[in-house]
Amino acid sequence: MATTTAVAPVGVSPAAPGPAGQKGRWYEGATAHVVLIAILLVALYPIAYMIGTSFKAPQEILNNVNVLPREFSPQNYPEGWTGIPGVTFGTFFLNSAMVAAGVVIGNVVSCSLAAFAFARLKFPLRGFWFAIMIGTLLLPHHVLIVPQYVLFNSLEWINTPLPLIVPKFLATEAFFVFLMVQFMRGIPRSLDEAAEIDGCGPYRRFFFVVLPLTKPALVTTAVFSFIWTWNDFFTQLVYLNDLDAYTVPIGLRLFLDSSGQAAIAPMFAMSVLSLVPVFLFFLVFQRLIVDGINTSGIKG
Amino acid sequence: MVDTAVRPTPAAGPRHTASRGRPGRRKEAIAGYVFLSPWLLGLLGITLLPMLYSLYLSFTDYDLLQDPEWVGLENYERMFTGDPQFWNSVGATLLFAVTSVPLKLAVALGVALLLYRNRRGVGLYRSLYYVPSLLGGSVAIAIVWQTLFGGQGAINGVLAVFGIPGRAWIADPSFALGTLVILAAWQFGAPMVIFLAGLKQIPTEMFEAAALDGAGRLKQFLHVTLPLLSPVLFFNVVLETIAGFQGFTAAFVISGGTGGPADSTLLYTVYLYLRGFGDFQMGYASAMAWVFLIALGIITAFVFRSGSLWVHYADDGDR
Repeated sequence: MATTTAVAPVGVSPAAPGPAGQKGRWYEGATAHVVLIAILLVALYPIAYMIGTSFKAPQEILNNVNVLPREFSPQNYPEGWTGIPGVTFGTFFLNSAMVAAGVVIGNVVSCSLAAFAFARLKFPLRGFWFAIMIGTLLLPHHVLIVPQYVLFNSLEWINTPLPLIVPKFLATEAFFVFLMVQFMRGIPRSLDEAAEIDGCGPYRRFFFVVLPLTKPALVTTAVFSFIWTWNDFFTQLVYLNDLDAYTVPIGLRLFLDSSGQAAIAPMFAMSVLSLVPVFLFFLVFQRLIVDGINTSGIKG
Repeated sequence: MVDTAVRPTPAAGPRHTASRGRPGRRKEAIAGYVFLSPWLLGLLGITLLPMLYSLYLSFTDYDLLQDPEWVGLENYERMFTGDPQFWNSVGATLLFAVTSVPLKLAVALGVALLLYRNRRGVGLYRSLYYVPSLLGGSVAIAIVWQTLFGGQGAINGVLAVFGIPGRAWIADPSFALGTLVILAAWQFGAPMVIFLAGLKQIPTEMFEAAALDGAGRLKQFLHVTLPLLSPVLFFNVVLETIAGFQGFTAAFVISGGTGGPADSTLLYTVYLYLRGFGDFQMGYASAMAWVFLIALGIITAFVFRSGSLWVHYADDGDR
C-alpha cells in the first residue's frame, strides 16, 4: 500500500460493506458516531481553546477555561502584531513566506529532476545511488546540523534564508525524491517509448511527457514542503539569530521568553495567526493531503 | 494510441529497444547524470562531506572561534562516564519514545477501526482527526500545551469538575514528560489515515468466513484484522519510532529551552542543541550526533528484525 500509484483523490472507491456478522447495525452505527464525535471534541479542544483564548482579555485567561471568552477582546491581535519592540509580526511573516517559497520551488525542481533519472533513465550505478538515496531517508538531520552550521557560518549565510533554502535546490529532501520516483513509475512506459520514437531525447521526454503527468505528485510535494517549512522550528532556530531575520515560529518563541503573564493573550493571538496559512492550505488541499498520507506515508 | 501508428514495426519488432544501440544508451547515461547532478552535489556537499567533518569534529574541542583541537576520544569518554545529563537525556528520550509511540498507534488504530465500520461521514472525520497531526509540530501548539497543562490551565479546570486536585503538570518533574507524550499521542491522525487505508484492503470475505466459523468481534480482530494489518502496523511503527526519537520542538518550547524541570524533558536532541548551539561545544555535540546516528541505526535494525517475527505478508499465490 505504500506504493504511490495515485495521489489524486481516491474517494470514489466503492464503499466496502462493514465486516459481516453484525446484528443491529443501525444501533451500533449510532453508538460509534457518538464515540467518534466525543473523541473529535477532545481532539479539537486545544485548537478551539487556542482560538477562543486569543479573544479573551488578559485577566480572563487564567480564570476562564471555557472556549468562548466572556468579553470579546479583539485588541489582542493588534497588540500581538506590534508586541515585540523594534519589529512587527509582519517582518516574521514576510521572512517565513520567503523561506517557504524558496523551499517549495527548490524541492519541486530538484526532486523532480532526480526522480526522473531514477525512475526513467538507465545509467551506470543507478541502483547504487538509489540505495544511498533511500539510506539518507533514515538519516536524522541532527547528525548534520553542526557541520552544516560550520559550513554556512563560513559562507556568512547565518541570519539569511540561504541555509534554509539552498540545500532544497540540491534535492536533499529524499522523501520527495522517493515520492516522485514511485509516482513516475506508475506512468505508462509506452508514452516514453512513443516520444522516443518520435525523436524526443531524455530532456524533452522529461519536460513534455513525464513532468506534466507527474503534476499530482508535484503538488503534493509543494503542499507538504510549505507546511513543513512553515511549522519548522529546529533549523530556523539554529540559523536565524537576528531579530530582523526571524521567522514566525522563532518570533513566537521570543514572545514566550520575553513576556510576563500580561502578554499571554497577544501571544495566543499571534499563535492563531501563525497557523492560518497552514489551515488555508489544509482547506484547499484537504483531499490531497489526506490521500497523500495513505498512499505515501507522508507525516504531518 | 500514438505509438502503434508511428512505430516502425518491421525493423524493430517486439525488441525494438535493441535497435537503439550504443549511442542512444550513452546519451541516456549522460542525461541520467545531468538530471542527477543537483542531488549528487547535495549528497556530496550537504550530506557526505559534512558527515565526515562531523566525525572529525567529534574527536576535537571546537567552539567556532578557535580552530578545532584534536582531543581523541575525550568527548566520547566524557559522554559515557562523566556526564550524568547525557544519560539523563538518553533515559528521557527512551521513556518518551517507548510510551508515546504505542499510545499514539493504539489511539490511531482504535479510531481507524471505528471509522472503518461506519462509512457515513468518514471523509469528514478523517480530515478533522488529521488537523492535530498537521499543526502539532508547531510552536503555536507547544505554547497552547504549556498553558493547558500549567498550574492554572484548562486541564486542571476540567479535572476540578471531577474533583481531582490539579497541579502545574509542566512544572512537575514527574509529569512534565507525560504532557509531551500526550501531545505526541494527540497527533494520531497521520498513522490513523494509514491504518484506514490498510483496513480497506482487507477482503470482506475474510470477516465473513471468520464469522461463519463462529468467531466473535474480538477473535475476528485478533485472528483476521491484526495479522492482515500487520504490514501496515509495521510501517507505522517504523515511521513513528524514527519520529519519536527525533522530537524536539515541543520539548524545547514547553521547557523554555532548558529541558526542565529537573532535566525531565531533556530529550536527546534538546541536549544536543544546548551543547552545540547553547554553549558552542561543537565537538561534543558532534560526538553526540554520531552516537545518536549509531543508536538510531541499531534501533531501526532491531525494529526491522523484529518485524520478521510478527509481520504477516499475504502470499500472492492466489492472485
